[in-house]
Amino acid sequence: MYIIIGGGGDIGYYLTKTLLNQGHEVLLLEKDAARYQALSEELGEAVVRGDACEARVMEDAGVKRADVVIAVTGEDDDNLVICQMAKRRFNVNRTIARLNNPKHEKIFQKLGIDITVSPTKAILSLIEAEIPTTRFVPLMKLRRAGLDFVELRIPAESPTIGKTLREINLPRNSNLALIVRNNQPIIPNADTVIEEDDEIFALVSPEGEDAIRKAFGALG
Amino acid sequence: MGQSASQGWYYWREGRQPSPQIRRQQVKIVILGCGRVGATLANMMDRAGHQVSVIDYSSEAFQRLDPDFKGETILGNGVDEDILIRAGIKEADAFAAVTNGDNRNIMASQIAKEIFHVKKVVCRIYDPIRERTYHELGLETFCPTTIGAQMLAEALLGEPAAAKAAQQDEKQ
Repeated sequence: MYIIIGGGGDIGYYLTKTLLNQGHEVLLLEKDAARYQALSEELGEAVVRGDACEARVMEDAGVKRADVVIAVTGEDDDNLVICQMAKRRFNVNRTIARLNNPKHEKIFQKLGIDITVSPTKAILSLIEAEIPTTRFVPLMKLRRAGLDFVELRIPAESPTIGKTLREINLPRNSNLALIVRNNQPIIPNADTVIEEDDEIFALVSPEGEDAIRKAFGALG
Repeated sequence: MGQSASQGWYYWREGRQPSPQIRRQQVKIVILGCGRVGATLANMMDRAGHQVSVIDYSSEAFQRLDPDFKGETILGNGVDEDILIRAGIKEADAFAAVTNGDNRNIMASQIAKEIFHVKKVVCRIYDPIRERTYHELGLETFCPTTIGAQMLAEALLGEPAAAKAAQQDEKQ
């Protein structure tokens, strides 16, 4: 694959190195002269000095034949513009943006960025999963389906304990994929009875998240 | 295809009229960026009796505002939804992004338009290529670089010659 990366910070640097090792054709764009110098000493021709937000720089980089454009600068507005220009002006099929502010996820998705990666959010989810009082953990976003894959643990005070799924009013567009009980997977059906401490993996629409949280009495 | 930068300038010069509704009654305007342009615009709108909020990440920038400026000043990053909400973007009739960062203006304008559905959003973009791209994507943009160059061309060559030069430019 031909991959163009905008932003030669630590993420851009390690990404370039790893992708080159995997045999991809990679071009890293870095606009800062001093940083470019340092990078080019190690990466050689794989790094070019230039601002990935500039159409001319991207054209010279051969953006029209790029399979993927990845924007990993430290500024979300720059990452947004790099991806939008690649997608809308140069018809790049796939664009990936790093999000520094996890709250920008919604706007990036609305504006057509294919994939967003938020290190802040990734670390937050890891911490949330470790805190026992938090019982509702977003695991993954299935963007094309418009669904979130979430995990929740049934607390002792949940009103659903002892009820079958048939009796529980689940929000529309949500689907329980799996229940893990005493380390055993159970594929749920309408007659499955909920027990305390069940770990539930569910697909929910973003609007249905609150409803499912309430339905199961899950905190956090 | 689309509107060339030079057409954009003539369209702008010949009077991009604010909507009749905006001209008549008091409106709420959020301005992002309190530099020379942002502050001048804010003072102008304030004097015209409109409700103005100005956002900038430097408090010193607000010194450019008139001493009797009646609007609000909000310190913060204009691509942060919370800051925009504090500036009253939910009730705003119009939004102008005039920081010195093209990308910041582009992102903030898209947030104003797509998330908060502000009726009138205008975005300043210095880079003519970026301006054209986002103009074609449906953002109301204006490019001081092209406008300034056109005015200089007119001043130097006179109007008909400048129009010809603009046409040449478009063909390239």
